Order: sequence, then C-alpha cells, then structure tokens
Amino acid sequence: MSTSVAVITGCALVTFAIKAAGPVALGGRELPGWFTSVIVLLGPALFSALVVTQALADGKELAIGPDTAGVAAGGLVAWKTGSVIGCVVAAAVVTAGLRAL
Amino acid sequence: MTSPDAPTRARLLEGARAGLPFGIAAGVVAVSFGVVAQGAGLSATAAILMSAIVFAGSAQFTAISILASGGTVGAAVLAAALVNSRFLPMGAALGPSLPGGPLRRALQGQTVVDASWAIAGRGDGTFDRWLLFGSTAVQYAGWVGGTIVGALFGNVLGDPEALGLDAVYPAFFLSLLLHEIGDRRSRIVALLGALIAFVLIPITPAGVPVLAASVAALLGLRGAAARAARERDEAAA
Repeated sequence: MSTSVAVITGCALVTFAIKAAGPVALGGRELPGWFTSVIVLLGPALFSALVVTQALADGKELAIGPDTAGVAAGGLVAWKTGSVIGCVVAAAVVTAGLRAL
Repeated sequence: MTSPDAPTRARLLEGARAGLPFGIAAGVVAVSFGVVAQGAGLSATAAILMSAIVFAGSAQFTAISILASGGTVGAAVLAAALVNSRFLPMGAALGPSLPGGPLRRALQGQTVVDASWAIAGRGDGTFDRWLLFGSTAVQYAGWVGGTIVGALFGNVLGDPEALGLDAVYPAFFLSLLLHEIGDRRSRIVALLGALIAFVLIPITPAGVPVLAASVAALLGLRGAAARAARERDEAAA
C-alpha cells in the first residue's frame, strides 16, 4: 500500500505543478501575435504525436497490431460521421474482433 | 454555438454537452485503467483514489505500467511527469485567458485535459474558460466513474485487451486530432509532429516524443513572420 500512496502522491504533485505552471506564468496578459500563431498549431502537433505513440508503439518498441487496425477503423468512423463515441466503439470492436480470430 | 458573452451557466452547459462524448469515451478507457491498476498491485481503493486525485489518463497508465514491470516509484512518477509535460504548452496557451491572481489561475489550470482544452479553444489563440470547466466536469465524472466500475467489477469484465479497450485511448486522441486539422498548415504540422514522435519513440523515455512533437507548432512562426511582413508592406504602400 505504501508504494501506491507514494505513486499517487507523486503523480498528483507533478501533475498539479505542470498544469499550474502555464497559467501562473502567463496569466492575464496580452500576448504577441506570433505566440497565437504557434498556439493554434499545438493541438495538431500534440494530438498526432499521442496517436502515433499509442497506436504504433508499445512503450519503446514499435508495435503494429490489432489495436493499430482498430484505431484506423475508429479514425475512419470519426472522419465520416464526426462521432467520438462511434470512433472509440469501432476501435474497440475491430481490435477485439481481430484478436478473437 | 453560444456567443462568448452568453451567461456563464449557458457556456458551462455548452461545455458539458460538447464534452459528453469525450466523457463517455473517457469512462470506457477508465474501466480498463481500473482493471489494469489492480494487475499492477494497486488496491481497488487506490486505483479509484488515483483517478480522483491525479485525473490524467495517459500519465496514470504510464505510471502503472512502470510499477507493473518492476520499476521504482521515482521512475513511475518521472514518467508520469514527462507524459503530462504536454500540459505545459497547453497551460501556457490557456494562461492569458484566465483571470485572477496566481493561485486562482493555478487552480483553474487544473481543469485542463486534452479534449476540454481543444473544445475551449476559440481558434484565435484565446480560450473560453467556462467551456473548459463544463467539458472537464463531465469527463471527470466519466473518468472516476469508469475507474470505479473497472476496479470493482474488473474480474467480471475479463481481459481489457481481449475487449479491445487498449485501442480506445488512441482512437480518442485521433478524433481530437481530426477536429484540429481543418486547413493545410495544421495538417502539415500534424504530420511533422507525428514524424518527430515516431522517430523518438525507440530512443527516448515515454512522454518525450509527445513533448518534442510540440516543436512542430513553431511552423506557425513562419506564417506569423510572413503576415507581419505583409502588414508592414501594406502599411508602407
């Protein structure tokens, strides 16, 4: 249990600090135009990296598997229908289906 | 779309509505977290507490997987910090849109999760904090609720991988990504970010590839410089 307490406390503290840093440092100011130009592109950069690290790898190993196909299927559903729920359901169903084969 | 000066309550509700699909998806992911966490040695109570206090999915999964593979507490916390480091640029982006003193801003900053941050963005670099809060509240409920289900009834549900639950999280991010790539430049940045992450996966610790990918957003500077030059030329003409 003490390991659990240490991990939970540690994760809570670092998460708090990380999420607080930006708002504390940059709160309530006007920012220059170039800053805005970069901000609006953070989403595309970060989210595509998250997809790549989670769908194409298992930790440090590149790993293409049923989950990769499932995520692609989910992406297709999201693209065609715009539905987040449809996207994640398709991803799970296709992944589970391929694993059951 | 509610206008930016609509009453607070209306914007909170709009945020909650926009966040609902993500809240449900987060709930599904959280069920698998509840199951996996116990496999890594956390009690059901500890798993639920972790979701309630830490409330950061990918960091929680990373920390747990390091514990499960025999890593130390320090390694698990460090990896969680790295995975969460993407909230540094997101928080920096959000900061100017938050009112109040440093402590109030720090607390408001805790409500940043990926989907809410994307929902609250107005597309001009500013953020509607009420949309952020509303959307996060729903996802918090989904995240903690899903963890409770997974932690208490995981043994009935079976193997999360057999159910394909490990594909849910990346699919969740993919649907966020699709919302963000409406124009050519954002598609180029997305490709570049993906490439940076892909190259770094085998050679850096978890979390670093994603943080490093944020560098791709600096492509925005090129556009900004070109725009500034155009405006100077127009002013001169």
